[in-house]
Amino acid sequence: MTSAPTENLHRLPGGLRLPGFKAQSATGEIREVPIPKTLVLPVRQHAGSAAQPIVSVGDRVLRGQPIARAEGDFSASVHAASSGTVVAIESRPIPAREATEAACIIIETDGRDEPWDALAPIANPLAATPDTLLEAIGKAGIVGLGGAAFPTLAKLRHAVDAGVDTLILNGVECEPYISCDDALMRNHAVEILFGTRIMLTALGLRQCAIGIESDKPDSWAAFTEAASIEGDDRVQLVAIPTVYPSGGEDQLVYLLTGREVPSGGFPSDVGALVHNVGTAAAVADLALTGTPLISRIVTVTGEGIANPGNYRVRLGTPIADVAAFAGGYTEHAKRLIMGGPMTGVALTDDALPVTKACNCLIATGPAVRTSFEPERPCIRCGECARICPVRLQPQQLLRAHRYGAGDTLDGLGLIDCIECGCCDLVCPSHIPLTQSFRDAKLARRIDVYERERAERARERFERRQEREQVRADAQAAETERLKQGANPDAIAEILARKREKPDGDDV
Amino acid sequence: MDIVAAIAVLAGIALVAGLALTLAARTLQRDADDVVERINAELPQTQCAQCGFPGCRPYAEAIALGEVDINRCPPGGDATIAALARLLDRDIIALDASLPPPAPPGVAIIDEERCIGCARCLPACPVDAILGAHQFMHTVVEDLCTGCELCIAPCPVDCIDMVATEDDAERAA
Amino acid sequence: MRFEPALSPYLRPETGVGAVMREVSLALVPAAVIYFFFFGFGILFNLALCIAACVAFEALALRVRGLPVANTLSDCSAVLTGVLLAFALPTYLPVWVTITACGAAVLLAKHVYGGIGFNPFNPAMLGYAFVLIAFPVAMSSWLPPAIGDLDYIRPNVFERLTYLFTGSWPAGLELDAITRATPLDLVRTAARDQLMLEELRSASPMFGDFGGRGWEWIGNFITLGGGWLLYRGIIRWHIPVAVLAGMLIPATLDSIFTGGASAGPGFHLFSGATLLAAFFIATDPVSAATSPRGRLIYGFGIGFIAWVIRKWGGYPDGIAFAVLLMNAAVPLIDHFTAPRILGHER
Repeated sequence: MTSAPTENLHRLPGGLRLPGFKAQSATGEIREVPIPKTLVLPVRQHAGSAAQPIVSVGDRVLRGQPIARAEGDFSASVHAASSGTVVAIESRPIPAREATEAACIIIETDGRDEPWDALAPIANPLAATPDTLLEAIGKAGIVGLGGAAFPTLAKLRHAVDAGVDTLILNGVECEPYISCDDALMRNHAVEILFGTRIMLTALGLRQCAIGIESDKPDSWAAFTEAASIEGDDRVQLVAIPTVYPSGGEDQLVYLLTGREVPSGGFPSDVGALVHNVGTAAAVADLALTGTPLISRIVTVTGEGIANPGNYRVRLGTPIADVAAFAGGYTEHAKRLIMGGPMTGVALTDDALPVTKACNCLIATGPAVRTSFEPERPCIRCGECARICPVRLQPQQLLRAHRYGAGDTLDGLGLIDCIECGCCDLVCPSHIPLTQSFRDAKLARRIDVYERERAERARERFERRQEREQVRADAQAAETERLKQGANPDAIAEILARKREKPDGDDV
Repeated sequence: MDIVAAIAVLAGIALVAGLALTLAARTLQRDADDVVERINAELPQTQCAQCGFPGCRPYAEAIALGEVDINRCPPGGDATIAALARLLDRDIIALDASLPPPAPPGVAIIDEERCIGCARCLPACPVDAILGAHQFMHTVVEDLCTGCELCIAPCPVDCIDMVATEDDAERAA
Repeated sequence: MRFEPALSPYLRPETGVGAVMREVSLALVPAAVIYFFFFGFGILFNLALCIAACVAFEALALRVRGLPVANTLSDCSAVLTGVLLAFALPTYLPVWVTITACGAAVLLAKHVYGGIGFNPFNPAMLGYAFVLIAFPVAMSSWLPPAIGDLDYIRPNVFERLTYLFTGSWPAGLELDAITRATPLDLVRTAARDQLMLEELRSASPMFGDFGGRGWEWIGNFITLGGGWLLYRGIIRWHIPVAVLAGMLIPATLDSIFTGGASAGPGFHLFSGATLLAAFFIATDPVSAATSPRGRLIYGFGIGFIAWVIRKWGGYPDGIAFAVLLMNAAVPLIDHFTAPRILGHER
């Protein structure tokens, strides 16, 4: 394993240096949150379509037993996080940006945490074929653990089809407060390297870059140390400048390779496959012990939490149980944010469960704004465009959105907005730009959909008109022909026929 | 002498500008069909005929000829009026009061218990979204139905109901 | 437990419009002090009057338009317009002319278009151009600096105020005796009379090392304020550099090719409103181009047009017209200089 000089990095346009707020959670070990009495496991914890439940109420399930099967190519299966009894399968609110409900499998745990014995480690993982690895990953329900929860199987499939040449491990935890990847790298660098080697071998890749922020010396040291056990020539450590949002997938690809992910595309379109370090650790865990994705590391932090830190939490554990184990709330807890303070989701209820996407829980910290100042008109200062990491012009997008110019938005790159939130932070007029762009994206999607529908209806209508025109023309020609022939008998005959069949139904 | 030069220069400018404008008008000319197409593109294509024309395109043609106002499309509602106003540089006006108010988007559903298979609803559908034949069960292809309600009147047993569609946001996602 | 809903991002914004406008205004304080030192209390009077008038017009406009008055006034943009006008207008200007300039700036340039953020033209420059055309004589009455060896009549405070409020001087005084042609005026006249610049310099006591005596020093302190704004990241370097380049490059070439018969870059830099425009007027974000490349074009255009007007035009200083002309070109510039979005083909 080698480390790459930082000056080879490509410069990301824009971005912000944000205060870290990581010290409060980044110290100490990863502590295990005890198994709760009740587990709430939503069938949709990932990007894509919901999984299909395969257990029934009353079934006894064991730790690691699949309870919902992936549905389609873009989905992930769900496993019981501990042993117990399924007491309900019902629609409940799930932690997501829009207040959404999804089917949840509720398990009353029995405290014995019995493992399911059908789980088997991957035999000889460092020689696994792509098919073996992909199948195992699909069965284990592994998703990207950086927060977006993109199904890993779908990502790998796309990578195999597109033919990638570089694996990038994302250890760039660029949002403030979050330190779960840092904790993982400090404590489990060996597993991360092992998982990386499995993926490299199975996919036949020659090079891998592990990106770590330059202000994480402990993680760096842990990797250097782990290299003596799991070292590999193909793997390179790269220090990434501590600039938000360097940890965005497309941003990291650009930083490391200078390749731009095409608009609407994926990193694999430019030959790069990006995984979170947590995902690599999950692959190692699966290969060694056969454990599917049933737990994850969650940073629990903010001024509103008594004992901030990093915790290993079984998926499905209610947030309230996690908070209680972390010493409970303090009087500062006014808001609860899942994810980081730039892109996270404000939850209104801590009865919601921890899911695969939940990398961080923040109970209102010192920098989290508690009130929103009224916005003023845009003064076109251009700061938003200066810091935009994809070189959009947010001020122009906002104007097009507010004036309802939908097609202009496409040209201005609305879909390329990564919703990083940088523009909100530098806007002197305090305009909620990111939220406007989220709204605009939704409105645009609906508009495009409706126009497609209208277009189809128009086409069908016009075809029908044509058809009827042809029929009317034929009828007119027939009448004309009969008139020309002027055969009184024929007309009488037709009239007689008409009388017999008064309905005239021509179907 | 000065005045001759001034007149010559001004006349020259006028000539050049006039030529340029004529040329632009020729090359950039929009024929009437193009206007109709652009108006039609803003209409919701429900083909419901509530405007008094036998479909969206005939209404678009009438608008293009200036025969009728832009506020006669209930399914399009205020959004369509606004879009047409912008396209044609007119003022935004309210929906014609003599027309029914805009209804929430919906699709027709045939109650299969009550349907007698008379096939009268089939020719009524402007987009051929109803499947069926004489003496056979009919059904509406939900995805193609524009919610125009034209099939409701011909049904002798009132077996067709309008049901609200799920959220557009959900459908678009 | 229940929590409040909110929308991301949750971190506090770094700055606000009010803070920015206040800081820009304050960055002109050193220049105002030095202005006072060389030219007397006129600048203080101008500042007080312009700020008061602009804020009053702004309040009136907001009231008439039914917008929140106090909250909008706290953006301090009217104050900044007043400060810029106070620097741009001559210190000997009857009050109604000053007030007219403020009215044109706030009402005509700003609120007619929809208030802050929607004005295509720089309010201070539009107000200035308005009175420059309407009151050309009053607008060309500038005081010479109060430097010992410069000989001119110095009216006392009472006499000054009388003029400012009534427009006429007490018996025995008249405007021509008190004001002097500015160095820019002198250079224009000299060019007409085919005078070499060096002859002019040695003949007139108004010239200093580069531009006009006294005026040079104000220029230095305006640059200091501009440097502060650059350091604080409130303005970016593109516009100031481009304005100066747009003016100094042609001025240098002109000076070289005419063999010293034309004013050189040093003179242009320290005369008229060059530095004020480069750092404080052209950098007004609302009426400027937004992309870095667009700002370079916009700034260069201002500098170049101002130089052209100074050299061949009918006005001694062309900054205001240059700014307004380039303001009008901003939508076009913005359209053609939009940056390439990452992941898009050009």
